[in-house]
Amino acid sequence: MVSSILPLKIEAVTVRRGGRQILGPIDWVLDGQGLTILMGPNGSGKTTFLRVMHGLERVGRGQIAWNAAAGDVRARQAFVFQTPIMMRRSVLDSIAYPLLLDGVARQKAMTEAEALAAQMGLGGLLNQPAQAISGGEKQKLALARALIRAPDVLFLDEPCANLDGRATKEIERILTEVRAGGTRIVMSTHDIGQARRLADDILFLHHGRLIETGPKAAFFEAPKTPEATAHLNGDLIP
Amino acid sequence: MNDILQGLSQAAQLVITGDADLVEITALSLQVSLGATVIASVIGLPLGAWLAVNRFRARRFVIALLNAFMGLPPVVVGLIVYVLFSRSGPFGVLGLLFTPTAMVIAQVIIITPIIASVAHQAIRELWADYHDLLISLNATRGQRIRTLLWDGRRALMTASLAGFGRAIGEVGAIMIVGGNIDHATRVLTTAIALETGKGEFGMALALGFVLIAVAVLVNLGVHFLSRTERGSRW
Repeated sequence: MVSSILPLKIEAVTVRRGGRQILGPIDWVLDGQGLTILMGPNGSGKTTFLRVMHGLERVGRGQIAWNAAAGDVRARQAFVFQTPIMMRRSVLDSIAYPLLLDGVARQKAMTEAEALAAQMGLGGLLNQPAQAISGGEKQKLALARALIRAPDVLFLDEPCANLDGRATKEIERILTEVRAGGTRIVMSTHDIGQARRLADDILFLHHGRLIETGPKAAFFEAPKTPEATAHLNGDLIP
Repeated sequence: MNDILQGLSQAAQLVITGDADLVEITALSLQVSLGATVIASVIGLPLGAWLAVNRFRARRFVIALLNAFMGLPPVVVGLIVYVLFSRSGPFGVLGLLFTPTAMVIAQVIIITPIIASVAHQAIRELWADYHDLLISLNATRGQRIRTLLWDGRRALMTASLAGFGRAIGEVGAIMIVGGNIDHATRVLTTAIALETGKGEFGMALALGFVLIAVAVLVNLGVHFLSRTERGSRW
């Protein structure tokens, strides 16, 4: 049994860009199971915070510590970008790509990718160029590529931002299954309805600071901060 | 105008009759230029990708130098290669001067910066697209470069073809290091220069048309084989 890379301890982390502090200081611990939703208005730091946790963003101050060696951490977490990055490859090759990076034999990687593609509803598109499929299919492909390594932790940056209701429902179905499978999920969204449907707990960011955290029910029924209350009411937050 | 028409008719005649000299110099032209293109691609494509992916102190200077070398005067390159491989030069012992090998070496020097520079531009754009994904997937530096080279193969083929275009039409350097020796180092461009010097404009134009046809055919052949115009499938 391989031990989990969690908990992830974030201590007084800040990010500066262009001489301006855009995130933090943030203290938080990612642990346990379930699906955490990051909420907050535009520019509140949701994407930056996700990138910091995944290791894509350089941290100014503070510390980020996973419960595993650095090399192990990268391979056991995955990220799905808001605008899916499509490689100049077929759908099947794109899904298999992370396994090929890991040195898995091509035949085995393709077989696994094909099985996952079928599971994700991409079975009929295997030989299509990844860049030529629809927006919803691209996001499913990005999700499949992230899941092929069976990560312990999955980060998603507004994965349904540009999708219609049907595609969003499909993504949510997959995420529910992934969570049930034991993968820890952290995802940002602007969609309050989606947060209500998917979240176990909520993090609310404002001006780069984590101003409210808690279980979903408590957050939606009795938000503690005026900013979160205003956000949930659909009011504009200064 | 008459010279051009005469050249066209002479070119057709040479091709139809399968003129032995024409076949020989065309074959040598292709051998030298394709050989130089392959070697320069093996050097230039990974170099271009490496420069696109890596950040180091002198990177901007190296890229500027590479771009400047795209305009290397062939005559100067030929002269340097001549000096290096002449009997009294450091590589004189190899006895390569006035051989097709020396012509390939000169062409490699001329076209490697072109291929590397065009490749760098193409890979830089692809790297901008792929950067976050490849970092996120924990691809090693070598894996990143291999991925970019593979996924950018169509743009890179254009880089190689640009190099081939320069090589097949090059005359200054290979004239100096090859010597334009009949049945040994004579290629289409040096033969054209010779015929022009003799005042045989018809023949020179005929060889020129054959040269253009060869360059176009090679480009079309590569595009056809790599199915670049059938982008709907991978």
